[in-house]
Amino acid sequence: MLPSKANAPHAKKVLFPDKQPTNSRQVKSSTLTNAAGLSSLITFTVLLLAWISGFASRLFAVIRFESIIHEFDPWFNYRATAYMVQHGFYNFLNWFDERAWYPLGRIVGGTVYPGLMITSGSIHHILHSLNIPVHIRDICVFLAPVFSGLTAISTYFLTKELWSAGAGLFAACFIAIVPGYISRSVAGSYDNEGIAIFALQFTYYLWVKSVKTGSIFWAVLTALSYFYMVSAWGGYVFIINLIPLHVFALLVMNRYSNRLFTSYTTFYILGLLLSMQIPFVGFQPIRTSEHMAAGGVFGLLIFVAVFRYLRTMLTKSEMKYFGGFVTLTAAALLLILVILTYSGLVAPWSGRFYSLWDTGYAKIHIPIIASVSEHQPTTWFSFFFDLHILVTTFPVGLWYCIKHINDERVFVVLYAISAVYFAGVMVRLMLTLTPVVCMLAGVAFSGLLELFLKEEDKDGSDREGGEGSEEESEEETERSSRRALYDEAGKLRRMKHERPKGSGDGLGANLRNGVVIGISMLLMMFTVHCTWVTSNAYSSPSIVLASYSNDGGRSILDDFREAYYWLAQNTPNDARVMSWWDYGYQIAGMANRTTLVDNNTWNNSHIALVGKAMSSNESAAYDIMTSLDVDYVLVIFGGMIGYSGDDINKFLWMVRIAEGEHPQDIRESDYFTERGEFRVDSEGSPTLLNSLMYKLSYYRFGEVKIDYRSPAGFDRTRNAEIGNKNFQLTYLDEAYTTEHWLVRIYRVKKPEEFNRPRIPIAERTINRRTSSFLSKKTARRKKGLIKGRPTVVKGQKPQKKSTT
Amino acid sequence: MSVVAVLGKFWQEYTKNTPKKLKIIDAYLFYIFLTGVTQFVYCCLVGTFPFNSFLSGFISCVSCFVLGVCLRLQVNPQNKSQFHGISPERGFADFIFAHIILHIVVMNFIG
Repeated sequence: MLPSKANAPHAKKVLFPDKQPTNSRQVKSSTLTNAAGLSSLITFTVLLLAWISGFASRLFAVIRFESIIHEFDPWFNYRATAYMVQHGFYNFLNWFDERAWYPLGRIVGGTVYPGLMITSGSIHHILHSLNIPVHIRDICVFLAPVFSGLTAISTYFLTKELWSAGAGLFAACFIAIVPGYISRSVAGSYDNEGIAIFALQFTYYLWVKSVKTGSIFWAVLTALSYFYMVSAWGGYVFIINLIPLHVFALLVMNRYSNRLFTSYTTFYILGLLLSMQIPFVGFQPIRTSEHMAAGGVFGLLIFVAVFRYLRTMLTKSEMKYFGGFVTLTAAALLLILVILTYSGLVAPWSGRFYSLWDTGYAKIHIPIIASVSEHQPTTWFSFFFDLHILVTTFPVGLWYCIKHINDERVFVVLYAISAVYFAGVMVRLMLTLTPVVCMLAGVAFSGLLELFLKEEDKDGSDREGGEGSEEESEEETERSSRRALYDEAGKLRRMKHERPKGSGDGLGANLRNGVVIGISMLLMMFTVHCTWVTSNAYSSPSIVLASYSNDGGRSILDDFREAYYWLAQNTPNDARVMSWWDYGYQIAGMANRTTLVDNNTWNNSHIALVGKAMSSNESAAYDIMTSLDVDYVLVIFGGMIGYSGDDINKFLWMVRIAEGEHPQDIRESDYFTERGEFRVDSEGSPTLLNSLMYKLSYYRFGEVKIDYRSPAGFDRTRNAEIGNKNFQLTYLDEAYTTEHWLVRIYRVKKPEEFNRPRIPIAERTINRRTSSFLSKKTARRKKGLIKGRPTVVKGQKPQKKSTT
Repeated sequence: MSVVAVLGKFWQEYTKNTPKKLKIIDAYLFYIFLTGVTQFVYCCLVGTFPFNSFLSGFISCVSCFVLGVCLRLQVNPQNKSQFHGISPERGFADFIFAHIILHIVVMNFIG
């Protein structure tokens, strides 16, 4: 079995940690006196192991396939990074990419979050200045796994600030392997989120730290970390709304303190200034409604501070004058904001954010947002799939935090509630929920274990160390995934270790052991689940596909790269390729050809034009294609091998998006049958059967017989025999079809190639010369011919008779 | 009791109870406040054409003010209990650090 073989390096790495905890335990028994040193050693070891195992479990894709960039967006990031490394930072900022969005082009430097490229570019620079020649692609592939370790460490620090070091260790271990985070950070998934979650957690850590101490220093660091986050991901809006929400909640709860004032005002004003340094963000922080809440809270906080200052000086009756003044000012400010919004100086909520509040909004108004699968509402299944037991334990942690509330726990409570809401709205935002779930589940587990292991500690000084080692052996249980034998051994060992200590106190050793065993079983199952999900669901590059035959053998379908390589080799350098926007980045990245639309979906009408071309009939589509100078058309067709993510399945979105812009030409209802079904067989609607996308997908497919039972032209993805079989293409020419028919490329004919009037054969006149003589001289055969020349055979006399 | 009387009493209290160090900081804050007001009036009269320059000037005023207030809070002996482990010297060092960052960014932004 190949998978087990692929797991081998992982398993090896996983088993290796087993040794070190035993070592540290031995150390513990010998130097029991030095508890502080021991606990820091354990902390260090656990974090290191969390990093290693987090890194290792993200390598499935590299081991099974190769070190390759995945999916769609990462290809653009990779292309931009490679450009930056090659041409330098300033050229990158000024880069105008004329190969995207033909004929518009794209100002890349001003429309991209450059944090990712700068991070990997600087790593590349540092490694090269140390004479370590690593290709930029490898840095890009392994960036996200490396950053996952940093995320684990910053989660540890954040949880430590919020609760305790033990909970922090738990949280760090959880976040290292939880599938909800792995889904965006496997090796090769070179995307903004990979580094942004680290920045998010680190910013929150620094924020909590600064609220706790009230130090300007920490607040400045928070602002700097926030700056990094702004440069890395659009999700920074989450931070700039959550932190003011925290401050506001504290004000409402009457928990104002001068520490809060120093940390928030310093953070806000510096963060505001820093965030405007990113070209893509520009003046948005003072112009859009998403950022207004932060400014409002800033003003409010200053008001409160002034108010309190005056109260120290004056008596209550004197304060009345100021009370009226404050209310008036607040009302005036609110009024100004409303007026500014209406007059257009402050932009209202953008569509993407609006769709977060009104979940039906995108479906009605912005089909292009609704069409992306990761913008769909989350199902219950995917909560469990991505978080497993954490989703059930995290309310416990939340309850602990609410029960023992203080300033910073208000923060984590708000974080949890808002993140749960957003994760429910969009699958993609599961990513922001995952860290807080890990933290709170860590709190819950640590609270439970503290309860059940408390009595065994004789003196308070040892407690922390003992707790640490407990977690650590949990950790170890977690690690040895699917290795029942090792797990068994580990557990037995621990039980022995525990029994002498825990005998003879109130709770009963059996009960305590039972609970501990139960918890470790849960954690074990969690680990197994994580590994399973990672290896099965999140580790396919989606550029290279793998299919498994009945005997367990694996075959690789490399059609995408085959097609892109064909494009790169056989088309002119400036050829323009039309495809649906999903494939824009890949064509630009791998084939290096000009595309019309790509995954940066900033221009809806341009996409709608392409959608219209795809969904109208051939001649109407030809007009659009000539007006857009299209040379090649690329479609993805999965009917041959049963690949479900192909263009016919996405076709309805093309129709919808086209209908949004051209309602007089395209109507969605035309593409359904009378009973409202979307069918590709002979009962399908004629508009569908004659659309360009249908024809390009099924051209010559009617001749193909896949196996004996099914008829010719049987589509395996939709399980139907296609309805429109034997047709010819007038305006296009099949240029290339890959091995499994996954990618089909067509050349758009020039007008002189098809515009000849068709004449029936009977009426065709062929000009011939009147004499029957045909010269056999052609351009190639210039040698003359003599008629009646005797044939000479060597060694024989010429026969005279025959020549006469 | 009128507003004037209240303000008069406030002024009395202030001059009596505020240490000299804080008064210096307050003078600094007042100066910054005037600078900010001047810039704002200027922008209202002339316009905000190089918007980044205006913003960086104005925000630098606001942040100087805010940082000054923070420093004042940390230095104030009455607040000693709220800021554990932050001595006035540490507060001043933090203040300088924040200003270095601030002015580097402002210089970048002012164009």
